[in-house]
Amino acid sequence: MRDLFRGELVRITSEEPEARAKVEVFWQRDTEFHRLADADPTRMESEKKLREWFEKQNENGFKPERYSFAVRTLAEDQHIGFFVLWLDLIHNEAWVGIGIGDREFWGKGYGTDMMKLCLQYAFTELNVHRVSLGLHEYNPRALRSYEKAGFRLEGRTRKDLNREGKRYDSLWMGILHDEWMQMQNGDQQ
Amino acid sequence: MFDIQTQLFEGKDVRLGPIDHQKDPEIESKWTHDSEFMRMMEISPARPMSAAIIKKQYEKLEKQIDESKNLYHFAIRAKEDDRLIGKADVQWIEWTNGNGWIQLGIGSAEDRRKGYGSQVLRMLTRFAFAELNLFRVSARIPEYNEAAIALFKKFGFEEEVRRRQALDRDGRRWDLLVFGLLNSDWQNRAGA
Repeated sequence: MRDLFRGELVRITSEEPEARAKVEVFWQRDTEFHRLADADPTRMESEKKLREWFEKQNENGFKPERYSFAVRTLAEDQHIGFFVLWLDLIHNEAWVGIGIGDREFWGKGYGTDMMKLCLQYAFTELNVHRVSLGLHEYNPRALRSYEKAGFRLEGRTRKDLNREGKRYDSLWMGILHDEWMQMQNGDQQ
Repeated sequence: MFDIQTQLFEGKDVRLGPIDHQKDPEIESKWTHDSEFMRMMEISPARPMSAAIIKKQYEKLEKQIDESKNLYHFAIRAKEDDRLIGKADVQWIEWTNGNGWIQLGIGSAEDRRKGYGSQVLRMLTRFAFAELNLFRVSARIPEYNEAAIALFKKFGFEEEVRRRQALDRDGRRWDLLVFGLLNSDWQNRAGA
């Protein structure tokens, strides 16, 4: 059987609320990180507020529609990012949110390795029919990485975002279970 | 056209108005017993809902309107007798990006195919662009809802996204579409 939690560069972990809050405060200083990850206004949250939020998630226990993980590098054992899968249990679809907070690790293949683990988990453990995600036009690095992972561009909502007074499209991507299986069987380009 | 005296909520045969907590729950409860209506409106599972459940939902909805400040809800009424015939929303508004999502439904079968949807969508787009000043609006429509697709296209909405096989209904997979209309395109059409 596959190792679900270990890629070539990173591994999936579960971190304590204290650790997640501490590192999140550090990541939130980076405006670009927020703007790449989200469409809403950048904001700063206190370590206390973040810790309580992570603690509350733990108290609520595992929910069948939400899978949230931290990610560490294999080489340095450093906590560099996260991904979350939200499930639509009725239509058997997962939405992915993924991020590397520490910009030292941008553009070096860590994100692509994380996405590989994420898709493997979604398709072979959660058994969804499709995985979806959204991103912004001003994030071409993410677009390339997601295409490499097998996602197809399914459309763009035109001029959806306003950043620094300019309008940008929102991009919508998806990958079907069959498409992912074909990639695993060696059709990978 | 953009005169300040324009009545935003008065169409030819229909008007947009607030919820009537006394009269509406009974009527909307009837609509929820029509699985076709539910499947056209929602992607969550269709289920019949009693008047009491609808009443609770209205209360929740009004609370949500107050707290979230990014949601507008209208009851659609026939002008001839003020009866409830449908509902419409502008929702999930992102104020900093100037975008939002619109949705409308005509509840009972005998009120459909009479042009009411057209009148509502005309008011709803005008409200979104000339009152809320949104830059663009989106609409999410399952590929099997051909009436809605035709209606939104008639108003200049373009198919922007096709989420392949995103819905599982009636034993098969269906695409879920996103249509979009820009304020600038709407103004050009309104002026034409």
